[in-house]
Amino acid sequence: MGIVNITKTYDADFVKQVEKESGQDMSLCYQCGNCTAGCPYTFAYDIPVSRIMRMVQAGQKDTVLKCKSIWLCATCESCTTRCPNNIDVAHIMDVLRHMARREGHAPVPTVKKFWDSFLDSVENNGRVFEVGLLAAYVAKTGRFWTDLDLGPKVLPKGKMHFKPHEIQGKDEIKKIFKRFEEESRK
Amino acid sequence: MKIGVFVCHCGTNIEGTVDTAAVAEAAREFPGVVFATDTMYACSEPGQDEIIEAIKEHKLDGVVVASCTPRMHEPTFRKTLERAGLNRYLFEMANIREHVSWIGRDREANTNKSVDLVRMAAAKLLNNKPLHAKYFDMNKRVMIVGGGVAGIQAALDCADGGLEVILVEKTSSIGGKMAKLDKTFPTVDCSSCILGPRMVDVAQHPNITLYACAEIEEVNGYVGNFSVKVKRKATYVDWDKCTGCGICMEKCPSKKADNPFDEELGKTTAINIPFPQAIPKKAVIDPNFCIKIKRDKCGVCAKVCPSDAIVYDQVDEFVVEEVGAVVAATGFDLVDWTVYGEYGGGQYPDVITSLQYERMLSASGPTEGHIKRPSDGKEPKNVVFIQCVGSRDKSIGRPYCSGFCCMYTAKQAILTKDHCPDSQSYVFYMDIRSPGKMFDEFTRRAQEEYNARYIRGRVSMIYPKGDKLVVRGADTLMGDQVEVDADLVVLAVGAESAHGASDLAKKLRISYDAYGFFMEGHPKLKPVETNTAGVFLAGSCQGPKDIPSSVAQGSAAAAKVLAMFAKDQLESDPAVSVVDIKRCIGCGKCISTCPFGAIKEVDFRGQPKAEVIETICQGCGICTATCPQGAIQLQHFTDNQILAEVNAVCRF
Repeated sequence: MGIVNITKTYDADFVKQVEKESGQDMSLCYQCGNCTAGCPYTFAYDIPVSRIMRMVQAGQKDTVLKCKSIWLCATCESCTTRCPNNIDVAHIMDVLRHMARREGHAPVPTVKKFWDSFLDSVENNGRVFEVGLLAAYVAKTGRFWTDLDLGPKVLPKGKMHFKPHEIQGKDEIKKIFKRFEEESRK
Repeated sequence: MKIGVFVCHCGTNIEGTVDTAAVAEAAREFPGVVFATDTMYACSEPGQDEIIEAIKEHKLDGVVVASCTPRMHEPTFRKTLERAGLNRYLFEMANIREHVSWIGRDREANTNKSVDLVRMAAAKLLNNKPLHAKYFDMNKRVMIVGGGVAGIQAALDCADGGLEVILVEKTSSIGGKMAKLDKTFPTVDCSSCILGPRMVDVAQHPNITLYACAEIEEVNGYVGNFSVKVKRKATYVDWDKCTGCGICMEKCPSKKADNPFDEELGKTTAINIPFPQAIPKKAVIDPNFCIKIKRDKCGVCAKVCPSDAIVYDQVDEFVVEEVGAVVAATGFDLVDWTVYGEYGGGQYPDVITSLQYERMLSASGPTEGHIKRPSDGKEPKNVVFIQCVGSRDKSIGRPYCSGFCCMYTAKQAILTKDHCPDSQSYVFYMDIRSPGKMFDEFTRRAQEEYNARYIRGRVSMIYPKGDKLVVRGADTLMGDQVEVDADLVVLAVGAESAHGASDLAKKLRISYDAYGFFMEGHPKLKPVETNTAGVFLAGSCQGPKDIPSSVAQGSAAAAKVLAMFAKDQLESDPAVSVVDIKRCIGCGKCISTCPFGAIKEVDFRGQPKAEVIETICQGCGICTATCPQGAIQLQHFTDNQILAEVNAVCRF
């Protein structure tokens, strides 16, 4: 890593945006490290969550939005639960994920594609259609063998159907998605 | 003599590595010993009661306690003996804790050494004689050395308690470091507004005599009866006439004199009153810059002075003050930070000390409260604070934490925002140390409300780039090397002992630590006493301290002085030298070696003889070692007593 000029690269708008969207005060973080200590996904992260908090404080937008960790976060909220300053760290991770998406960053494409497939499925079927989601995800990622071994165990139990569930209010769900699309375009 | 021996376990402190029961068992065989036992805590109430019981039951007339250092509990056990009706000098202590159990792990060797120490104590005790204290008068006046906030507090408390106080201050005004500060943490109230009235109280108090521009030259005497010679340095102004009007300062043409009060941030006039609230508010001429004194020209101040107070040929004067107690309150000075090449070593004008920054923030300072870069007078936008400059650094011999820098840096970051709302503060720190009432909340406030950006890491270099200074350091929490483009850099320079403190310590015969801070009598239980009776400590001369702690210690020292003076007379230690007049040949060697002047020559039937003045003798024993005839003997430590100990330990 090179030298970070924290006067020039401090992105005040970024910090403000994170604070606005998450409703959290970044200056409250005193870097005790409790969030990282409890995080079950640190083993897979490229930057531990406490350092992400520090980098947001230091206005390091690019480094944060391009990192993998924000996509690997499982939103288990251990960090939020344990933060001594009551910062909703998981919410901040979520906000960062949204911001990264808007900026076109997807350093862990499989996670992004899963979310896309999931939301598409909900939009089209009113609730998630598991086999359809699976098919869409596999089609997008080419990961044909993922979880294939689970098939023989799951299918006989009748938990997976080959047709979408017939539920009420499908159209209303669709409207929610439509309204979101419109609102977010404003 | 019937001796009782008590071997203390001190919990596991001693028993852990010494077989105390075996020591007691062995002691029963020593000459004179009729009773010996081990005991859990000899100093506790049941422990002391056990000693008293044994004295009565076994009709003991001498007691040995084998436990800790006599510094700790000799007075305790002497009182125990007195309660049982024995003379307090029929007691001996064997130190088997500091000298045995705490320094070795071998139980057998420790037990053997303990047996030897008890044998020595018992052998000496056989030669002990009852001794009785004498009483002497004391001079119920107190001298306070140093007029900072600790000295001011001690002076006012003593004076309010009815004592006559002599306050000696090195510079031309009292107030010390606190007078230089703009605001105080964590309340951000005006420093001179809270100190100023106290300084006026000092000036107006009928019981306080203030010697400013004065230093201690010589200290003689002993507790209750010190004689202190004070040097009143030439000020070249008759202070009896000077009204502090300041016309001389306005007219003085020599405007490039050193300005220690403003920490050399800007120059001042050769004749000067350092600040508006100065006490005493009297002018002083700096002879190194006065044109009249240096070249016999000018003389403007003498012409304009409405009270005819200027005395160009004034010389130093000496006064001798008789006092019963002395309080040292000489404060601290800043570490010489220019040893650090990474901060520019003093070559960049826009790298300043925290105390210079205080003067800059102060409305009565050289910039009248405006933050201006020394180089071009511009208001800075990015201000970088670097903490631990000269603190926690073994490489320059300053491994200790100065204690108050974290707090004043937070305060300065807050004030920076107040003075320049568009500014941005950066604070490079190692740890934030804020253990005080409302202290941590305050450092959080600097970050949360005043948006100071705290960076955990050290600074490796500062280099100029255009009209800015680039500060390069580490952000260890981000795991990166970082750079800040700074307009002004403020170094939180740490504290060291006041320059000249060790000289004063030698004059007062008190000890000081490896860094020059004065040693307290006990780190926990005697924080304001010294090991020299009648000399007390207050404030940062004992170690870096913030204002509340300095004030507390000032009051504590005053309480100690008042308590001592509350007695009618002081008790003298009877362990003093006594001359055997039959043996004395009047050679006078003891008179010339006595460091306290406690021996005088008297005429005895036409022959010169030495005589000890009991109240002055401090019992050091130098005369005993000097006397060629063995005629002068230190009571409680006679040659016979010491030889008995030597014989006890060198049996083979």
